[in-house]
Amino acid sequence: MDGVHDMGGMHGMGPIDAEENEPVFHGEWEKRMFAMNNAASALGVRNIDESRHARERMNPGAYLSSSYYEIWLDGLVRTLSEKGLISEEELAGVVAPKPVTTPKPAIRAEDVDKAMDKGATYTVPEGKPAGFIVGQTVRAKNIHPAGHTRLPRYARGHEGIVCRDYGIHVFPDANAHGADDPQHLYNVKFSSVELWGEDGTKGDYVYIDLWDDHLERA
Amino acid sequence: MAHNHKHGDPLPETVLRVKSLESLLVEKGLVETAALDALIDRYENKVGPKNGAKVVARAWTDPDFKQRLLQDATAAIAEFSFSGAQGEELVAVENTDAVHNVVVCTLCSCYPWPVLGLPPVWYKSAPYRSRVVREPRAVLVEFGTELPASTEVRVWDSTAETRYLVIPRRPEGSSGMNEDGLAALVSRDSMIGVTEAISPSTVGGA
Repeated sequence: MDGVHDMGGMHGMGPIDAEENEPVFHGEWEKRMFAMNNAASALGVRNIDESRHARERMNPGAYLSSSYYEIWLDGLVRTLSEKGLISEEELAGVVAPKPVTTPKPAIRAEDVDKAMDKGATYTVPEGKPAGFIVGQTVRAKNIHPAGHTRLPRYARGHEGIVCRDYGIHVFPDANAHGADDPQHLYNVKFSSVELWGEDGTKGDYVYIDLWDDHLERA
Repeated sequence: MAHNHKHGDPLPETVLRVKSLESLLVEKGLVETAALDALIDRYENKVGPKNGAKVVARAWTDPDFKQRLLQDATAAIAEFSFSGAQGEELVAVENTDAVHNVVVCTLCSCYPWPVLGLPPVWYKSAPYRSRVVREPRAVLVEFGTELPASTEVRVWDSTAETRYLVIPRRPEGSSGMNEDGLAALVSRDSMIGVTEAISPSTVGGA
């Protein structure tokens, strides 16, 4: 979706405000929010692309004026509500919490390090044959899907060179909507001038990870 | 914009809603309080940029390791037992006299947790995400990093599950130092690529 989350190249966002000696978390609520979002991943009710797409659907004005853990809060409530696991009425305490079942049980404290050390798997043994080869010039498609996509707006319609083939991966644009449609993931090199015209810098480059379905022959 | 509360000053209703959400999820058996505490402890105290600094210091001192790191960063970094969530597919990119790398996630907040921990607020913020792909040199100047025009800037936009780690240039004056000493020169920001590694003349002596 062409949302405000797709920020690459936008103007007007101001200077970068780096905090000196920044703590890992600012306040208790950020800690709890971070942990709940990760613990919820263990339940097997939503994949990473669904959670990204949930965050992208936050009210755009609110997205731009929220801190990142506020965006996580909005996204987690949105996803769990859509999956029928919680409701606003339950959150507000006006109805008693209904019992729910999930594919996997809640993660236990003693399993946290093991689970986080293991992580997830995004590569898939089989999928669509590679449409492109390393060294080939390609064009990022000019697409504007209403759903989730990992093809940033600023790359669309521009030509780049395939630098690496990372192998067959789950396709987020499909995975956010219930299918995984595995296909090759590539690293594609775009020149700054190709992306930004006369406002780019000759000799500088942007490297973007893109899937087969994001690309066409140049 | 009415307000732009970046750090430490959430709206009271936000704090309340997070509390209500936790109570509800615990009551429904969807999360366990002790597991939340363990997740927080892991990223507050165990996993952070000191991990990445050890990796970079090894790369500076051991050419075979650096080769393995550039070839397959996930495997090379697993030699330190750093692995897992948000670092399943790690790629190391090396700064040289001719090339400077810098990493962003323009679409969300993707960041290599096993080596850098959780991202700072500015990394996830609209100014960084919007600007660094279009005007990386201006962004780097705001971090005090001025690059000669002859240096090629490479911006890596983390649009997939690939997570990029910058190997900064080893600073001048660090030739006699051991791995531990060198690791102290490798800042988080230098592994994102917005700064160079710390000069040994500014460490300890000041």
